[in-house]
Amino acid sequence: MKYKSQKVAYWFFALSMLLFGLQIVYGFIMGFAHAGMDGLHSFIPFNTARAVHTNLLVVWLLSGFMGAAYYIIPEEAQRELVSVKLAYVQLISLALVGVTAIVGYHFNYWEGRKFLEIPRPLDYLVVVNVLLFLGLILTTLFKGKRRTTTALVLSMGLLFAALLYLPGMLPFDSQIKDSFFRWWVVHLWVEGVWELIMGGILSFLLIKLTGVDREVIEKWLYVIVGLTFLSGVLGTGHHYYYIGVNKIWLIVGGIFSALEPLAFLAMALFAVNMYRKGEKKHPNKLALYWTLGAAIVSFIGAGLLGFAHTLPQTNLYTHGTLVTAMHGHLAFWGAYAMIVLAIISYSLPNMTGRKLYESTRGRMAFWMSNIGMIGMTVAFGVAGVAQVYLERKFKMEFIAVQKEIEVHFIVLIICATLFMTGIILYFIDFYKHGRPNDEALEITPINN
Amino acid sequence: MTFLIFIGLTIYSFSKSNDQSNDENITEAVVRGKHIWEENNCMGCHTIMGEGAYYAPELTKVVERRGEGYIKAVLMTPVDWAPNGRKMVAYGFSKEEAEDLIAFFNWIGEIDLNGFETVVSPLSKDDN
Repeated sequence: MKYKSQKVAYWFFALSMLLFGLQIVYGFIMGFAHAGMDGLHSFIPFNTARAVHTNLLVVWLLSGFMGAAYYIIPEEAQRELVSVKLAYVQLISLALVGVTAIVGYHFNYWEGRKFLEIPRPLDYLVVVNVLLFLGLILTTLFKGKRRTTTALVLSMGLLFAALLYLPGMLPFDSQIKDSFFRWWVVHLWVEGVWELIMGGILSFLLIKLTGVDREVIEKWLYVIVGLTFLSGVLGTGHHYYYIGVNKIWLIVGGIFSALEPLAFLAMALFAVNMYRKGEKKHPNKLALYWTLGAAIVSFIGAGLLGFAHTLPQTNLYTHGTLVTAMHGHLAFWGAYAMIVLAIISYSLPNMTGRKLYESTRGRMAFWMSNIGMIGMTVAFGVAGVAQVYLERKFKMEFIAVQKEIEVHFIVLIICATLFMTGIILYFIDFYKHGRPNDEALEITPINN
Repeated sequence: MTFLIFIGLTIYSFSKSNDQSNDENITEAVVRGKHIWEENNCMGCHTIMGEGAYYAPELTKVVERRGEGYIKAVLMTPVDWAPNGRKMVAYGFSKEEAEDLIAFFNWIGEIDLNGFETVVSPLSKDDN
């Protein structure tokens, strides 16, 4: 850690981990309900668990991205954050809004639009919160000594993420238009601007961990940004096939969705190449694991598994089935969860001065969570494909099909337990590092 | 650049001659139905036009499949509805609310979904 104000990041990461833990709990509630054990139905019905599960994901990832920005931007801009006090105000307000929304979901206080369930009054608070965050990050960047491509791509990603939150707040009487513009937020986040954020963090980590020249790494970053915009924007069309808009989207969405894996492929090749090129090997092996893991698993989860059902002919049958859940889980895990865990693994020793780089616990956390998540993906996949054949090819009743595939959710729960064990180990590592402290400033060599 | 094409295509697909979103048949009852649908996060279990949570049945052609009487009974029941063991929250809607929701489902049922409606609705009257 070079700058005192980077410590703020620690608390964003801590909030992030807390919410991640809760997300897993609600995931289990849903898994058990799917397996036919919905004992909590009267207190936490499925729709509540679902809203909490997905919204917690978004909030913990955003908190992680914000923490990453508070850590990376001062170091890239070579100056302290403009105001540490306001950063803490932003953290606390983010936590309050998040908690209010999550509690509200248990009392029928929500908007009922998949992924954007946050009630409208809270939406405005989110906007204010994000504006404050962006203000802090951007002024730090522009007052800084240098503006690197890495920092710019990261900030651009965060800025566009904020702008693209707005179409989700437009009011419509038509369910179709509602859906249409909801995807401007949801899809353009995960296939567009979040990829920029991921690219920015990835590039920062690779510069630090491999010692390859910034110039080489940032050249790659340009390629990734280009590919993301080329495919991601028009790729939104794959959500428009069957929601009641014109057939033109079948063609546009089909073609550009097929290109979407390229950005993730580039990211995976990029990370692996830089790792091979790197002569200086950083001692923080765990951070390297998570970084390379994020690049590779995101290509499999977001790129390949997305492509598996993105063509209109396939999607006609898989749209609205568990096949989507299969792709969604590995995509979010690989692309966004793992990159947040990577930046935490890298920055925690620097902020706290405790270098728990090479622990068995850390390695176990990595492998158990990854194997668990891949198992969950397979369970969802088998259940989803069975559902498609029974329900949509052989025309069995929905509920009858659900009975048939219940057994796959037992497998899912077992794999989820393995996943959770890995994550708990990660949490223990996080806890063992202790609090950030100013003494860590001297401990870390300047070039790290 | 791609974003401009994207906006262009958006305008194209919502222009009068290309619009297939059944916009002209939206009545006040449909809008009220949509609000009830959202206020209770029905999408948190059901899917509609293939969007939702995959836990409860697809409702795109539900009126055609089940008939209005059955749907009303489900919506107005004071106890949890669980026809095959999978429970639905007992919303206990009033008659008016149930009718608004049915208007909403009827409106959805009329939309041209590029063929998806024949795949998800085995009992619909369309050939499939």
